[in-house]
Amino acid sequence: MKIAVCIKRVPDTETRIKIGADGKSIVEDGVKFVLNPYDEYAIEEALQLKEKSGDGEVVAIAMGSAASQETIRGALAMGADRGILLQTDAVSVNPVTVAKVLAAELDGAGYDLILFGKYAVDDSSQAVGTIVSELLSLPSVSAIGHLELADGKGTAEREIEGGVEVVEFSLPAVVTADKGLNEPRYPALRGIMMAKKKPLEVKPVELGDGGMTVIQLALPPERPEGRIVGEGPDAVPALIEALRTEAKVL
Amino acid sequence: MANVLAVLEQRAGALKQVSQEVLTAARSLADASGGSVDALVLGPAAIDVSELGTHGADRVIVVEGDDLSLYQPEIYAAAVVGQTQSGDYVAVMMSATAMGKDLGPRVAARLDCPLAVDVTGVEWSDGITISRPVYSGKAICRISITPSPCVISLRPNVFTPRENPRDPSTEKVAPPKVEVRARTLEIKEPEKAHLDVAEASVIVSGGRGLKEAENFTLVEDLAEALGNAAVGASRAVVDAGWRSHADQVGQTGKTVSPQLYIAIGISGAIQHLAGMRTSKVIVAINKDRDAPIFKIADYGIVGDLFEIVPRLTQEIKNLRGA
Ligand SMILES: Cc1cc2nc3c(=O)[nH]c(=O)nc-3n(C[C@H](O)[C@H](O)[C@H](O)COP(=O)(O)OP(=O)(O)OC[C@H]3O[C@@H](n4cnc5c(N)ncnc54)[C@H](O)[C@@H]3O)c2cc1C
Ligand SMILES: Nc1ncnc2c1ncn2[C@@H]1O[C@H](COP(=O)(O)O)[C@@H](O)[C@H]1O
Repeated sequence: MKIAVCIKRVPDTETRIKIGADGKSIVEDGVKFVLNPYDEYAIEEALQLKEKSGDGEVVAIAMGSAASQETIRGALAMGADRGILLQTDAVSVNPVTVAKVLAAELDGAGYDLILFGKYAVDDSSQAVGTIVSELLSLPSVSAIGHLELADGKGTAEREIEGGVEVVEFSLPAVVTADKGLNEPRYPALRGIMMAKKKPLEVKPVELGDGGMTVIQLALPPERPEGRIVGEGPDAVPALIEALRTEAKVL
Repeated sequence: MANVLAVLEQRAGALKQVSQEVLTAARSLADASGGSVDALVLGPAAIDVSELGTHGADRVIVVEGDDLSLYQPEIYAAAVVGQTQSGDYVAVMMSATAMGKDLGPRVAARLDCPLAVDVTGVEWSDGITISRPVYSGKAICRISITPSPCVISLRPNVFTPRENPRDPSTEKVAPPKVEVRARTLEIKEPEKAHLDVAEASVIVSGGRGLKEAENFTLVEDLAEALGNAAVGASRAVVDAGWRSHADQVGQTGKTVSPQLYIAIGISGAIQHLAGMRTSKVIVAINKDRDAPIFKIADYGIVGDLFEIVPRLTQEIKNLRGA
């Protein structure tokens, strides 16, 4: 099986966000960047499928600045065979624009399966994978927690409100990985050493703004100062009173 | 003219609650832009659309088909795009539910237009400006959009439904004929039907402070006493296997914005807050006065949850009984 996994370099979720002087982006100094957590599930699934089928190739593809090389090396350390960096310093907040660049790379390359994360924890669009599938006219299932492949067909399960949808599709296809799909492996020291020698191709790309312009990035409005209504069970009546008369939610 | 297409959602032939939110937001955008609101419903025959005028639909378009009772991505996308091409739309709006998060990208890809997901604010002044949370809710991004048209999915529970009665016309449209390569076969429902945290207006969530799985009955009892409340959980207890992943609130779980969120024995880690910080009213019960959850809670009680929660449940029951 020839499998592609699209991965993104994102700020660690523990990071405190500081807004830059332009009021439109975050301060990156001192921010720890990581491989997008959902993309780890995508890589793990690709590796397991390759291991099961006994042969094939797993290609990790990232679009972003030169720093994304490090992110790709992380995927190679987990076990991907080679990497492609679609390099640009430009960013777009329209996921369609991002998807077009990835789709252009994936188109015609003969992948049986293309995996994405459910969403990138920076912009949380939860869209790029599904858009790529549409641009390439491939079937897709998003946010899957379970996947089975056999005889050129796949079955995936995705969690929806109050249930689980079961979707059957033909290959080649696109899926986006949710938590629960698998347990991503930690790169072993040997994998990290080997990753340094694996091929990583860098290709410059162009990115448009896609008709969407950031006018402001701001911290969320502070919640009004809350209060401790009391200690222990004796505080319950005061809480109920506050919920009834002040907050009016009871 | 700048009309708005509101794509509504049904489950088992009944329109979902979020439809009113989508109609309400579509109505205010259309009023500001000087257009009208078309509501599009896909599903099996005989969906009751008689109420749609209440929240501001000027026209109702129903696409009926036996195999449309479940969300079929390719057919739904083709139907929405088909409708978009037959009207003068500035925006296609839907709810950012599991369906909307899959459908929105498909429609935007086919129309090659801007897409904004999980939107919490929509404004109009000669163009559309939206707000949406980014970085797990740690920042809010305002984006101006050049519609061609554009696709906007709205975070559930944020746009409060408002009545704005109209007398809409209703038309039926045949489903588009498309090659289906991904087919939804069924929805597996949990054995015990319960309210999903993503849809509930009241959520009672429990964390590791409950000590063991069995003690979640305390949380369930409180949720039941409150009436229409869902039971949520922190990742710590989901990972421990006490609750299913479907109940998890937070960055790797669900993002919720209920009217009331009660956090019991939850410390308030940044990834948990990412999923519930936009709740209208937050209550925390924790024995540690310094727990971060108290920093975003509107009301807190410091103390042992095993003493406080049963009392709270009892007093709510008394209140309801009265
Ligand atoms: C990439 C990533 C993603 C994550 N995603 C999520 C997510 O989606 N959702 C999520 O919730 N977490 C998530 N986490 C985990 C998160 O960091 C925390 O570990 C988790 O939220 C802690 O759960 P908790 O509050 O139940 O447990 P703890 O942090 O252990 O807190 C238990 C609390 O109970 C209180 N307590 C104990 N006994 C009592 C008592 N008798 N009475 C009253 N209070 C008591 C304690 O004071 C404490 O505050 C994620 C972490 C990572 C790294
Ligand atoms: N710049 C990028 N490079 C490679 N893959 C990306 C990029 N942006 C998004 N993706 C992929 O698309 C998924 C969904 O991202 P998003 O739609 O931005 O939430 C991510 O989990 C990645 O798999």
